[in-house]
Amino acid sequence: MRPVTITEAAANHVRRYLDNRGSGLGIRVGVRTSGCSGMAYVLEFVDETEAVDEVFEGHGVKVVVDPKSMVYLEGTELDFVKEGLNEGFEFKNPNVSGECGCGESFTV
Amino acid sequence: MALLQISEPGQAAAPHEGKHALGIDLGTTNSLVASVRSGSAETLPDAAGNMLLPSVVYYSAQGVPQVGNAALTLASEYPLDTLQSVKRFMGRSRNDVAGSEYQLGGGEEGQVRFLTSAGEITPVEASAAILNVLAERGRNTLGADIDGVVITVPAYFDDAQRQATKDAAQLAGLKVLRLLNEPTAAAVAYGLDSGDDGVVAVYDLGGGTFDVSILRLDRGVFEVLATGGDSALGGDDFDALIAAWAQQEYSLQEPEPAQARALLTAARAAKQALSDVEQVNFTVPGLPELTLTREVLEGLVQPLVKRTILASKRALRDAGVATTDIDSVVLVGGSTRVPLVRAAVSEFFGREPLADIDPDTVVAVGAALQADVLVGNKPDSDMLLLDVIPLSLGLETMGGLMERVIERNTTIPVAKAQEFTTYKDGQTAMSIHVLQGEREMVEGCRSLARFELRDIPPMAAGAARIRVTFQVDADGLLNVSAREETTGVETGITIKPSYGLEEDEIAEMLRASWEFAAEDMQSRQLAEQRLDARQLLENLQSALDQDGATLLETAEREALLAQMAALAAGQELDDIQTLKMATDSLARASESFAARRMDASIKQALTGLSVAQLDQLGEAD
Repeated sequence: MRPVTITEAAANHVRRYLDNRGSGLGIRVGVRTSGCSGMAYVLEFVDETEAVDEVFEGHGVKVVVDPKSMVYLEGTELDFVKEGLNEGFEFKNPNVSGECGCGESFTV
Repeated sequence: MALLQISEPGQAAAPHEGKHALGIDLGTTNSLVASVRSGSAETLPDAAGNMLLPSVVYYSAQGVPQVGNAALTLASEYPLDTLQSVKRFMGRSRNDVAGSEYQLGGGEEGQVRFLTSAGEITPVEASAAILNVLAERGRNTLGADIDGVVITVPAYFDDAQRQATKDAAQLAGLKVLRLLNEPTAAAVAYGLDSGDDGVVAVYDLGGGTFDVSILRLDRGVFEVLATGGDSALGGDDFDALIAAWAQQEYSLQEPEPAQARALLTAARAAKQALSDVEQVNFTVPGLPELTLTREVLEGLVQPLVKRTILASKRALRDAGVATTDIDSVVLVGGSTRVPLVRAAVSEFFGREPLADIDPDTVVAVGAALQADVLVGNKPDSDMLLLDVIPLSLGLETMGGLMERVIERNTTIPVAKAQEFTTYKDGQTAMSIHVLQGEREMVEGCRSLARFELRDIPPMAAGAARIRVTFQVDADGLLNVSAREETTGVETGITIKPSYGLEEDEIAEMLRASWEFAAEDMQSRQLAEQRLDARQLLENLQSALDQDGATLLETAEREALLAQMAALAAGQELDDIQTLKMATDSLARASESFAARRMDASIKQALTGLSVAQLDQLGEAD
């Protein structure tokens, strides 16, 4: 199984947000159904992990994935990008075959 | 690809449902905008990296008003067309404002108006111009439309001033979630609203004004007990005193306006530097260098600082509380960086003031936090966190798939709605099958209830809009209702979802969903592919029934029918790839038939229209 990875830029931002928040083990990435094109990404702080979770570590940041999402996220890289004034996290997911226009949801 | 932000656990918004809210500090001298992103409230800079937007608007005879630094540079050239400190005029009549540097219009009683080269401008319009720039900055930064804003106002603003602020927001096309008192916003920024009951003093020394407010926190709600201050006392007065000192040192009688400005600029720089060091060089172009020590500075501004403490004392007396009753003191405004000010505040209140958050941005940050809660990105903090949903709740969609509406671990009470549509032409009823569980296919989930929505008016497939709402109240009762939006037909059912489920049964359902994740993905894709195939077959069949005889040669029709039969037979295959190829190939084979139907219907629409009517149609486009 190919791991989920995180770029250094994304890890730096996650660390900063975690510091601001004052607590949290890392971030949880996942997918869930719904959205205009099938699946949607989930990106959340993690307060507790479950025994079945996959935990990856990159640039000092823990990335937690539940087993159900793992099948959709294998080999995905989490990046942090800037587009003009806007900035945020981006999933680079090799499993994606199509996205809705805005990219908030996708199909595999 | 949309850029994502990190949510609190269990709070990730569904696609296109994330709400974007701004907190706006609409200040007398400067304005700021902030927003919560990935859990942190931060002020948003403009493209040049500036956080502060000078609250200045320039109106010329032509063109759009200019706002901010662009307007500020025009102030000396066009003093009457460059509106500054309009906040002082909000909700005010000419009677209320005695003297002004502007030419004022409007009746004695009604809203005051500025006479500018662009005509009469109300303070509401000028404020709207400032809000417009801040909202645009928010839209660009968040990459989305703004769903709502919280705008801060001084605690002493009366109803007319508050209404004028709301009007300005409306004029700027913004939805006001709430007007928030500036001292309350500062307290919220420090998280004081989540604490127990208590009394908070907010000491706000800005560039031109001083405000002190005494707030009482009672079960999460702030009440303003008293306000006080001096509307003509601020950091600018500190600068003026330092400039006067330098003028005396240089033995200057009447400095030129340019030199006076240079003295003020140097004074401000020296004041700011002296917050960190004990002495600085005071430099003005063309004049010898002076040394200014913190001690001298403190001697100069001491009388002003004393006035703020006297005003604080009065506010405490008005509030009927003693300094010993104060639980927290919050510092707001850039001038509270001056060490003497901090020392005087902590001595008077008998405790160290809160000053970790940048005093220039703390009000905007508090407003952003409040806006984030009010727009619905967080569970309402006033609501008791009672419980979470142990398993996802959803309903069955075509193909035997489970569509989750409320995800597991969502805190209750909660309500979520999703829109569905009809699958067939003329469909007049829809069966709603309510499910619980984490598996992709209906068989893997627990069936909670079934009901039917009837009397849907016959429409083309996909035209009906059926909104299904799942609502779980504080007691864990699930209420599912379905409503056809065009006619308003509605029906619903109430269920207790966790009824009869033991802890270990829930655990087992969760475990199965993890164990079968890969299989579930397969079956979901297969079900979706089968659905595609079935939909294509049904659409094609109804098209053939209508136009097959007239638009297709017998050979063409038979070729299509043969392919359809093959796909229909292959539908039950478990091989996603083969099924997809067969569906795509049939879709391609029917393309020319679809094109012919399109041509025919256009021809039909145009038949019988005269050339003149066609011209009219063309113009209407």
